[in-house]
Amino acid sequence: MNPWKKDFPILFQQVNDHPLVYLDSAATSQKPNSVIEKVAAYYQGYNSNVHRGVHTLGTRATDAYEGARDTVQKFINANKREEIIFTRGATTSMNIVARSYALVNCKAGDEILLSPAEHHANLIPWQQVAKQTGAKLVYMPLEADSTILLEKVRPLITNKTKIVAIQHVSNVLGTINPVAELAKLVHEVGGIITVDGAQSVPHMKVDVQDLDVDFLSFSGHKMLGPTGIGVLYGKEHLLEEMEPVEFGGEMIDHVDLENATWKELPWKFEGGTPIIAGAIGLGAAINYLQEIGMDQVEAHDRKLTAYALEKLSKIEGIRFFGPLENRIGAVTFNLDSIHPHDVATVLDAEGIAVRAGHHCCQPLMRLLGETATARASFYLYNDESDIDQLVTGLQKTKEYFGHVFLG
Amino acid sequence: MSSLDDLYRRVIMDHYQRPRNKGELDDGAISIELNNPTCGDRISLQMNVENGMIKDAKFQGEGCSISLASASMMTESVKGLTVDQALHLVDLFSRMMQGEEIDTEEFPIEDIEALTGVAKFPARIKCATLAWKALEKGVKQ
Repeated sequence: MNPWKKDFPILFQQVNDHPLVYLDSAATSQKPNSVIEKVAAYYQGYNSNVHRGVHTLGTRATDAYEGARDTVQKFINANKREEIIFTRGATTSMNIVARSYALVNCKAGDEILLSPAEHHANLIPWQQVAKQTGAKLVYMPLEADSTILLEKVRPLITNKTKIVAIQHVSNVLGTINPVAELAKLVHEVGGIITVDGAQSVPHMKVDVQDLDVDFLSFSGHKMLGPTGIGVLYGKEHLLEEMEPVEFGGEMIDHVDLENATWKELPWKFEGGTPIIAGAIGLGAAINYLQEIGMDQVEAHDRKLTAYALEKLSKIEGIRFFGPLENRIGAVTFNLDSIHPHDVATVLDAEGIAVRAGHHCCQPLMRLLGETATARASFYLYNDESDIDQLVTGLQKTKEYFGHVFLG
Repeated sequence: MSSLDDLYRRVIMDHYQRPRNKGELDDGAISIELNNPTCGDRISLQMNVENGMIKDAKFQGEGCSISLASASMMTESVKGLTVDQALHLVDLFSRMMQGEEIDTEEFPIEDIEALTGVAKFPARIKCATLAWKALEKGVKQ
């Protein structure tokens, strides 16, 4: 058996009288015991507010919360702990970049360069920026296999390009975008790059200094952590010049009746009581991943994705979306003319959980010429037997609908 | 797969493969477009309503077997009904989807009884109700 599966208690249950096969980790990952226990230990042992008061529990909570920030900093190799902002999730992180950086720095005539495969969370904030500032959204072309060719993107990066906003790994296609190269190109023209790392940080070593990205957003719940916690990484000099988007307690330095000043980084972006249990849980998730080693996690997830593509391709009538190699984490497909909802319902009856729908990527679905697709996504607790179950389930789906259709 | 057979009854697959009233009406018709934003299903419903009576109804759309079969059956049901009768069916259908025991013979076509199995699949209820929500919105216009 997979050596890590035993750490994930949720996986050992029957769903519709079959052992659960969880293939929806791109939507949210499952949590290992170490994360669940760490969050429980906080609530059972030292639940308290942070950064205030002098009592012992408050100190313990503050140490654990700020310790989690150090853990995140080292995990993505940020230069300073001040560059790590805890947020509600990747969506919130990207909205902070759009509102606090882009609305101030973009003007009419500027361009924001995106891929048409972006998740709605890295698309709609930019539409709003464009509407409010007069900046123009420019889309990179996608190849037939939905990948990006750097040669075709290069001419689109000009002196007008203020921001490149792109996902590191596509949640639909599993493609890995050339983020480091795009960073270099946009920096040459004086712009910045903001990266949606929601699907890359869980699966591979992401080094923000190596990639030289200006902002990186990701969510804890997709990388074994709790829901409701995410991270915004930003280069210190950019965060320094940005204004907070939420005002209130925790983020202030001095307040009088007319005015207020902000705390220093990172706290000026963390108004209100922060997500203490979430951050502590995320720290535990990162510790778990690091004990395995991100190189090993990446190798495992790449191997499974390749195995899935190989095995699924033997099913007659299956159509894949995205490239057939060099992808990670997810395989997206449709089967014959069976609607993906119907596929997902039959698979669910077999205990197999997959996602069916537009995956928060409606423009990409239109480009692919589909209204919806099915997606199987993998993580370190999956193994080949899960994919074999999926293949069997899809064959049953074909038989089932073949039978119904033939009636 | 007996519970699946409750969901995918033959009559449902028949409406899915050979949808009734698929198409568009003339320009004067009431037109409603509804999306199911969580899954990408879309229905465009058109109705001719004269003197409080639904004279004709057609739909176009994209979606799974349940949503399209339900749209097909809904349009079959409402032709010739008054707005109040149509709203009563919307309520009846909604209760049927909550798993309530209702008298399915109140529906003008018996095929709708085949959708009772959807209630056992909570994730699919919104597929079945999309067309009926469009109907409700349309007759209230």
